[in-house]
Amino acid sequence: MRIALLGCGSVGRGVATVIMEKGLDFAITGMADSRSAVMDPDGIDIGAMLAKKRDTGLCGDRGLTATDVVNQGEYDVLVEVTPTNALTGEPGLTHIRAALERGRHVVTSNKGPVALAFCELKQMAKAAGVEFRYEATVGGAIPILHTLEHGLGGNTVQGLYGILNGTCNYILTRMSEEGLTYDQALLEARELGYAEADPTYDVKGIDAAIKLVILADTIWGMQATLDDVEVTGIDMLTADALRLAATQNCTIRLIGEVMPEQKILRVAPRMIPANHPLVIEGTLNAVTLKTDMAGEITLIGKGAGSIETASAIIGDLTYIAERYVKGV
Amino acid sequence: MVQIAMKLEMTDRPGQLVAALQPISVVGGNIIAVIHQRDTSDKGTLSVQIVLEVPEGRADDLVRAIRDQGVNILMLGEERLQYRQSVIIIGHLLHTDLGDTVDRIDSTGFAEVAELNVVMPAIAERSTALITLKSGNLEDMERALSILREVGREKQLQIIEPLEEAA
Repeated sequence: MRIALLGCGSVGRGVATVIMEKGLDFAITGMADSRSAVMDPDGIDIGAMLAKKRDTGLCGDRGLTATDVVNQGEYDVLVEVTPTNALTGEPGLTHIRAALERGRHVVTSNKGPVALAFCELKQMAKAAGVEFRYEATVGGAIPILHTLEHGLGGNTVQGLYGILNGTCNYILTRMSEEGLTYDQALLEARELGYAEADPTYDVKGIDAAIKLVILADTIWGMQATLDDVEVTGIDMLTADALRLAATQNCTIRLIGEVMPEQKILRVAPRMIPANHPLVIEGTLNAVTLKTDMAGEITLIGKGAGSIETASAIIGDLTYIAERYVKGV
Repeated sequence: MVQIAMKLEMTDRPGQLVAALQPISVVGGNIIAVIHQRDTSDKGTLSVQIVLEVPEGRADDLVRAIRDQGVNILMLGEERLQYRQSVIIIGHLLHTDLGDTVDRIDSTGFAEVAELNVVMPAIAERSTALITLKSGNLEDMERALSILREVGREKQLQIIEPLEEAA
């Protein structure tokens, strides 16, 4: 199966590295970063491309762009892993639309386009008879969408709640366990590379809210957008709040919650018993699905990271390869 | 359901306890605890404390039915507000009239503030409080919480609610 890979940051390099090192049966026939691109219908030499990126900062030639790869490249699946822009979804949204219009499958880790244009992209894929998959957008390595689609097939999902942002979970874990203030824990998270220089998206709960929108649209077809989510972040929490919660054998975690019947979409810090399955440590993510047949299912795993995100993308690619290319 | 505690006195004879408890299931109640004190008194009676839940409005029927079994009820206590839920509030609690915040719940008649633990780190900094509400049923607890949410919006207080329902 031939893949065009857009984005050569940590996730893009992770996908390329895994395909090369594990000898997966995928050929990367197009690759682009923000300033260059490379195409080869027979498959790019991944090792040489990664070395070039490391040495020069470019993965290909300055004369080519991501748009050239999307519109002219020979590929079966577009893997779109450029950074998330929650306001416009660009440039990912344009790339994804163009690939679907060409009748190509799309796999993405980019939350922006999925949260902004879920229905449109799903319909475009359906009309073209191709797959639009985005396992890596929610919960990192956790196969939550595969679990819902296949493992829990036939179940009615009655609601869900989860911890969808590893940065917030790390900060709250440290505040709770070490009695750090919010500012101290944030500083530590930055030093360890768990928080961005501008942590607004994470600590204000926006990142978690975007993931909640993706889940709500996927599971219940709620056609929700970010504006529909009631969002409260963790940036105003006091160390005393965690201490007082502890007196009740509780702790505080940033919980995303969907209750479809009451049309509730909410991200907020919540008091939760310290021995609750959702109380996970560090940068982990977790989701509890409430279903009619299976009862409650809680999935826990790594919510971010280069290889962890690649795992979710490879899972989507494997699904497409088996279903469409091999015809299973 | 309403929670009731009662102390029963009965003659120390086989089958007496079962007979005394039998009416509870008839009125649709649940036994939560039975504390059996075996030290028989001089009168040849023994006393048993029970804690149970009965559907609202059935407590009087139950008392009558137990007395009909020849069992003496020594004391009867009813915990009117049995549901408790704690939430955390962060903000300028004193400067936004903490007394009024508490009154807004207490004045409802269906819920009250049972406990309040306020931590104030320094003058002019936001304080944090753990506030425990009591109510007679889950619906009233939800009503009390929505009053608290409204007060929070009005006074710019952050309210951290529990993930799970009151118990």
